[in-house]
Amino acid sequence: MQVENKEFKPTIVAFCCNWCSYAGADLAGTGRMQYPADVKIIRVPCSCRVNPMFVLRAFQRGADGVILCGCHPGDCHYSTGNYYTRRRMTMLFDFLDYLGIERARTRVEWVSAAEGAKFAAVMNDFVKGVRELGPNKRITDLRCKPEEKEGE
Amino acid sequence: MMQQVVDIMRKRALQLLGSGTVNRVIGWKNGEFGYDQTPAVFKTEDELSALVYDSFSSPNLSKYLIEESKKEGKILAFLKPCDTYSFNQLIKEHRINRDGVYIVGIECCGMVDINKLKALGAVGVNGIADDGETITAHTLYGDKTFKKEEVLLEKCLACKGKKHVAFDELIIVNAQDDEAKPRFDGVKEIEAMTPDERFAFWRSQLSKCIRCNACRNVCPACSCLQCVFDNPKSGVASKATPDTFEEQMYHVIRAFHVAGRCTDCGECSRVCPQNIPLHLLNRKFIKDMNEFYGEYQAGADTETRPPLVNYTAGDVEPTVISDKGGDN
Amino acid sequence: MFKIKKTKLNELFAAISDGNVLYVPCNIKGDTDYAVWGEGAEADLETLKTVKSAKSVFFPQCEDIVSFTREGKNVTVNSMQRESEDFVVFGVRACDAKSFEILDRVFLSDPVDTFYKTKREHGTIVALCCTRPEETCFCKAFGIDASAPAGDVTTCFNGEYLYWQPVTEKGLNLTKTLQNLFESADENDELAVADEQKNIREISEKLPLSSLDLSYWGKDDLLEKFNSPKWGELSEACLGCGACTFVCPTCQCYDVRDFDKGNGIQRYRCWDSCMYKDFTMMAHGTPRPTQMQRFRQRFMHKLVYFPSNNDGVFSCVGCGRCLEKCPIHMNIVKVAKAIGGEKDE
Repeated sequence: MQVENKEFKPTIVAFCCNWCSYAGADLAGTGRMQYPADVKIIRVPCSCRVNPMFVLRAFQRGADGVILCGCHPGDCHYSTGNYYTRRRMTMLFDFLDYLGIERARTRVEWVSAAEGAKFAAVMNDFVKGVRELGPNKRITDLRCKPEEKEGE
Repeated sequence: MMQQVVDIMRKRALQLLGSGTVNRVIGWKNGEFGYDQTPAVFKTEDELSALVYDSFSSPNLSKYLIEESKKEGKILAFLKPCDTYSFNQLIKEHRINRDGVYIVGIECCGMVDINKLKALGAVGVNGIADDGETITAHTLYGDKTFKKEEVLLEKCLACKGKKHVAFDELIIVNAQDDEAKPRFDGVKEIEAMTPDERFAFWRSQLSKCIRCNACRNVCPACSCLQCVFDNPKSGVASKATPDTFEEQMYHVIRAFHVAGRCTDCGECSRVCPQNIPLHLLNRKFIKDMNEFYGEYQAGADTETRPPLVNYTAGDVEPTVISDKGGDN
Repeated sequence: MFKIKKTKLNELFAAISDGNVLYVPCNIKGDTDYAVWGEGAEADLETLKTVKSAKSVFFPQCEDIVSFTREGKNVTVNSMQRESEDFVVFGVRACDAKSFEILDRVFLSDPVDTFYKTKREHGTIVALCCTRPEETCFCKAFGIDASAPAGDVTTCFNGEYLYWQPVTEKGLNLTKTLQNLFESADENDELAVADEQKNIREISEKLPLSSLDLSYWGKDDLLEKFNSPKWGELSEACLGCGACTFVCPTCQCYDVRDFDKGNGIQRYRCWDSCMYKDFTMMAHGTPRPTQMQRFRQRFMHKLVYFPSNNDGVFSCVGCGRCLEKCPIHMNIVKVAKAIGGEKDE
């Protein structure tokens, strides 16, 4: 594992629900709070929209970490969507851990529209964790990384 | 011992065919070597003479009922206790027309894994003798006898009990103890490994996969009319595994998709030509759901909501994963 | 003929590996398949049948054909065909050895499959006699002699020796490089091998499926076979998985697929199975919408269509892998008997 690679800039995919977390990210931006530019936000109508396949596809296409953000449980715009997310992602992420995929590459966080500071803090912390792990090698598609294929 | 059961099954099937209650019977048909039975539909007395039921009648007939129950007339299905869980689950998912099936629950003394016999040295098996306690394989190179408990299928080592959860009538000659066996030992062993060991374990197992789809096609929970992995529009359809990622993708998504619906019938592991322990994937989900959301057995009834389409406000937070300690 | 002590097999493998890539049946996590011999890959010559056949060395399950990369308005097309290194496949049984004759008829006839051809040219096949044929073996029904496999070199275990008989020029060339490892075999050794071969033939004689009657099959009465009412009941239990086709040494259908890498396309071919719903999918849909039709296609191809186009040669070598691996134990023997037996009734 390449741990001490100062050059390493991870690719982070953050699925954010439209009503809370995306607005939270917006607030972080307008409030000029800093978080790494490595985070690529994908806006989804509800965190519950995230199919496990989305997470795996992100990893396949080169993500080094995937984080899911939604409204706090009980505050879902659609009443109950994030309750399902909570169960599903607990199952999925624990399963990936079981397969030996590093735990710090996945996370679920609840961020409301008012929590711009929390959003920035969560992203900083998550990116730090992934950076320490180094590039994702365990659940990625080598065909999508042609330059690494030869060296493997 | 089993012969007695088969005689009763045959007699009962003939009665039900004769009375017009059913017009077909689904069961198992004998093969070439005494261990290679094929599920088959019987319509006449003549055909029924080929009906068998013994320690090698492992194929779960429930999946066939998805199609069969929609045909004209009723079909008599002989179901083992664990097959009835799959049946119930399919009823819950509205995949089987209950009115099209007449279920006769039959006793089960555990099914034998021919691969285990072969691995233990029975080369060239050309016939089987089974007295309930021991299995004798008549081979081209002499007879070999094994204790039955040593050669049981993985699914029988983790038997859910001998109770039928769905039936119209039962044929039970020899009552069995109704005791569920522990089934999470294998999962716990893997959980106790370090992440690197876990990864190495699954990498070496899943890399054997030849993507023949036998696990999916035999699985009673995999009843989609078109699988996402067969749908060219899904963007993930792939007939082979050109990259290690594809194996993970296929097996993770399959296990996740059947999570909460998998009754742990063990057919996936039985049919895998590469002997990948696929049950360890499904059982991980079952174990997690039991721990986090309360004991749940898919197929035990036809009403309760499976854990992944349910919730409570006080469910555990996903941080439970990082909180459980261990490396990273 | 030459001989080498069984205990020196690893030395032999090391010597072959020097200058060639050596494929040997290896036990990997409990299952035996052809793998490159070396560190961590112990040869397993006890197991009679590898899960996948030796076909997978010459015609791998997945093979990159061409890649397309786009930069601005330019698209670059790169052939992924590589000049193959010389390689040796050790331990090919008679059935698998025969399967190459069948694959050659497909891939080496016009238009020639250059990927396969290159591998055939660079590959040396070291065949091995079957010491203990199994109940699922029925190569004899196809006229294959398990004691005399076709190959560039034929080998045979007896007692504490492996006997080595080069057959073709490729085989002779390989033998030359290994000369200092071998002992010369004398008359007694010749007798020992002949004895072992006789032994194998006797067992083959006794195998339950050796007497499989294939006289019904072949190119004649194609429609009668095609329209047999038995296909329906035989295919009823078929799950439509591809286990039989993927373990088969003679199944040669493949699909060509594109993978979008993000910065280009990787075009690869991979094994396909006529048992799959999307096999030969066309714009209008699939030509065989029911499982019965797909099931029938597989066996008609092996027992009727292929012999019709190839001088009566069946596209099955009786290795029996499908008998072992089918989840519901439906197989070519049951089909051949159920339909081929009709004549006698």
